[in-house]
Amino acid sequence: MLSVLNGLRIVFQHMFRRRETIEYPEKKPYLPPRWRGRIVLSRDPDGGERCVACYLCAVACPVDCIALQATEDEHGRRYPGFFRINFSRCIFCGLCEEACPTYAIQLTPDFEMSEYRRSNLVYEKEDLLIDGEGKYPGYHYYRVAGVAIGGKDKGEAEHESPPWDVRSNLP
Amino acid sequence: MSDVLETVATVLGILFVLLTVAALLVWFERRLLAVWQLRAGPNRLGPLGIFQTVADTIKLITKEDWIPPFADHVVFVIAPAIVMVTVLMAFAVVPFAPGLEIVELDVGLLFFLGMSSLGVYSVVLAGWSSNSKYSLIGGVRAAAQMLAYEVFMGLSLMGVVIQAGSFSLERIVEAQAGLWYCVPQVLGLLVFATAGIAETRRLPFDLPEAESELIAGYHAEYSGMKFGMFYVGEYLGITLVSAMVVTLFFGGWLGPWLPPVVWFALKTFVLLCGFVLLRATLPRPRFDQLMAFGWKVMLPLALLNLVVTGAFVVGWA
Repeated sequence: MLSVLNGLRIVFQHMFRRRETIEYPEKKPYLPPRWRGRIVLSRDPDGGERCVACYLCAVACPVDCIALQATEDEHGRRYPGFFRINFSRCIFCGLCEEACPTYAIQLTPDFEMSEYRRSNLVYEKEDLLIDGEGKYPGYHYYRVAGVAIGGKDKGEAEHESPPWDVRSNLP
Repeated sequence: MSDVLETVATVLGILFVLLTVAALLVWFERRLLAVWQLRAGPNRLGPLGIFQTVADTIKLITKEDWIPPFADHVVFVIAPAIVMVTVLMAFAVVPFAPGLEIVELDVGLLFFLGMSSLGVYSVVLAGWSSNSKYSLIGGVRAAAQMLAYEVFMGLSLMGVVIQAGSFSLERIVEAQAGLWYCVPQVLGLLVFATAGIAETRRLPFDLPEAESELIAGYHAEYSGMKFGMFYVGEYLGITLVSAMVVTLFFGGWLGPWLPPVVWFALKTFVLLCGFVLLRATLPRPRFDQLMAFGWKVMLPLALLNLVVTGAFVVGWA
């Protein structure tokens, strides 16, 4: 009996403590910077797209929600012709972000993506592209990669030396 | 003629007040439960969330009125009505203020006990007519529990009757003018309060409708306004038990300078909050623990209370 009364007293005193409820939508919950929310495609520091359409994110996705197709522009730079993410399937696991070699695809701390029509949950590239560099500022894939594209030949990347001429005997 | 009009006016007034109280309780209980569980509770609709009841009612009314094809149609529909009818009938004898009751019965207390016994029918019929396993178990549990706890509900009140010398609720309230019966009849108060909680199937005695055990027990197959009747009937039931505890043990409408009706309302309100606090705090006992508690602890306590009260009254006289 006494334990019952003690329990009643403890629960009664909860009335005088602050409520734990975060009153959404007036107050938003705290989301850490690496929180896996809405997916975006980021850009270079120069403003070009980072995505090279390598299909690694589509392969890594456990629910196959990413669809894309590669094309090349006139300078020989690969980019996705279309890039589609079906957010009704996406489980926000972040495996695509881990797989991406160019830091193009990133997950942002945003979850307010409600739609009235289910077809509006399929995001195309123009919905996913952002103007900035996302979570990894200053990273320019083509400056550190070895591939030759318009404006940068083989051997002209950062920390790279020009290729040896293997047919001459000089060191 | 004016008597009839006066009675009709009283009836309509009390009915209106009761249904408003039951409706407000839908919101108030959720708010109070939340506060005691460190949450917020419904606070979106209207000022402080008061229109939650309106929203719930609209939701229940616009639901599909589905009667399971395997159920007994007539009894299925009647069962929730029995809850409302018996509880509202029991309110006919409760004295809200001197002169403010629907009918002044010499055996008001017996009438209340009779009505609460009839209330058992509703639960059992609901469970039986639903023709489904969980409902049947819920109904049978409710029958056993309410039967067991009704035995000493009546016995615990006999102490009050002996002290007041009458079954009439008005006489009982007036007899408490010197000292409220919660002091000499502490045991009776505890036993009656426990029995009252078991009668209305509230936590910790809500095994017949335990969500985690029996899906929803006897009202598993109910949806829409029939479920709403059970729901509101439960709130009316706890209002009734609070009103009876106030009348029998806490002096009814007695009190200093405030008007009697306000005292009655205040005391009933405090007891209602007590009901909600019990729901927020206590875990649910197992059914055999519940029955053992009723038969082996509460019944001897009620008999003890009766014997001691009788001895005192006879010894004094």
